[in-house]
Amino acid sequence: MTSVMINIFLVSLMVVIAVMVVRTHRLFAVIVMSGAYSLISAAMFVNLDAVDVAFTEAAVGAGISTVLLLAAMARLPAEEKPLKTNVIGPLAVVAIVGALLVTAVVDLPAFGSADAPAHTHVAPRYLAESDAKLHIPNVVTTVLASYRGFDTLGETIVIFAAGLGVLLLLAGKTKTQLPDYSKPKTARSATRPKASSSPKKTRQSSAKKKKAAKKGSSS
Amino acid sequence: MFDFIASHWNYLIVVVLMLIGLYIVMSRQNLVKKLVGLSIFQTALFLFYITLGRIDGGTAPIINPDVDYVYSNPLPHVLILTAIVVGVATTALGLALTLRINDAFGSIEEDEILAAKAEDGLIEEKKS
Amino acid sequence: MMSSNPVFRVTTKILFAPIIVYGLYVQFHGDFGPGGGFQAGVIIAAAFILYGLVFGMVALRKLAPPRIVALFMAIGVMIYGGVGVVSLLNGGNYLDYNALDHHDPAHGQHLGILLVELGVGVTVTSVMMVLFFAFAGYGDPKAEDDGGQG
Repeated sequence: MTSVMINIFLVSLMVVIAVMVVRTHRLFAVIVMSGAYSLISAAMFVNLDAVDVAFTEAAVGAGISTVLLLAAMARLPAEEKPLKTNVIGPLAVVAIVGALLVTAVVDLPAFGSADAPAHTHVAPRYLAESDAKLHIPNVVTTVLASYRGFDTLGETIVIFAAGLGVLLLLAGKTKTQLPDYSKPKTARSATRPKASSSPKKTRQSSAKKKKAAKKGSSS
Repeated sequence: MFDFIASHWNYLIVVVLMLIGLYIVMSRQNLVKKLVGLSIFQTALFLFYITLGRIDGGTAPIINPDVDYVYSNPLPHVLILTAIVVGVATTALGLALTLRINDAFGSIEEDEILAAKAEDGLIEEKKS
Repeated sequence: MMSSNPVFRVTTKILFAPIIVYGLYVQFHGDFGPGGGFQAGVIIAAAFILYGLVFGMVALRKLAPPRIVALFMAIGVMIYGGVGVVSLLNGGNYLDYNALDHHDPAHGQHLGILLVELGVGVTVTSVMMVLFFAFAGYGDPKAEDDGGQG
């Protein structure tokens, strides 16, 4: 019973934080809230018996993700501008997706049932063999590293690719020159890299070529 | 109806969290806020998967051979471990792209970026 | 600069080594409790990031040169792949740990899991540090002159 109450308390806290992220305009506050959201989800994971996942979520989600967002915010504007687009479209899509998801939830087995189909197939074999044959108590580690070793190889390569991608984007000698944000926008556009004319020619029909030429000469 | 909610309430709340994350990604035009919304969506999804693996009266899947416990299903845990790290990789790459976009166009709001691109002649000006 | 505050300076100097020891503990006890390569990698990277936040990026670049850290990114992936290749050379399938020790397959599994988690830990540590170097040193002209990540 206490576990259910802790569950409800943590999840409602997460919903409150998510709604506040929607409404807040100051980006530093949004980032701190996302760190708090990750930390509370780590507590939820412990409540759901997933201790490895909770460890990783607390370290990676509440730690590294927040640090990276804050480090990036040093060079980005700190406030979100007020909303200019219409929200009816996104709200309609969200409502449709919500209806579809609830329809899918109806077919799921009850929360915590022991005879759900997810617990048949390979999971009992891993649980039984992990200590009997491999003598390693932590089943998650054996499944991650031994039974599903190829997936972990792929995941390591994905992390490596992310580091490589960030190095290529941010740490090279080909960075664009930072524009001077004290000047007004039209003066700033003189320092922006100009688009070359060849992509435009292949994309447009002849009727639009004149319009593009006029735009290219005036900017 | 009520016993459906009583037995599936965890899934329904997680669906609500997913929808809030999706709404942030779709409706907000600030790139950093979109990334934060994506991360909220992903974490809610992880909660959904872990909830699928939970067994009532179970414990963490670390085997103690002396006592006869019921262990929760370890397979979703492994999946989600991978997914968490891939999620942070995506966030890092998205942030790096945001920094470069800010350099090139002077803003991280979607409408201002589109206006700057149109001013540069990179895209056709949309008459909305 | 945060290092002018004595509380930060002294605390970081005291905490730096215990954080790394804790990270190594989590790495090698992943078999017996929650832990493993990913968590340990993030914890060790956090120690270095803390050092960088308090003492500045110049001191962090002297402590952990960015080129060497980026090199370790690839070394970690190669450790993981290399375990699979050793299994191939010993006559089993790729990443078949039973082939690592012919007399005792369970011991081969232990060895395989240990090495593989080590590879993952090294990769995750270096990638998190590379990400921090890239984001925190962005737009900093000293980073390029230093041969920072180039």
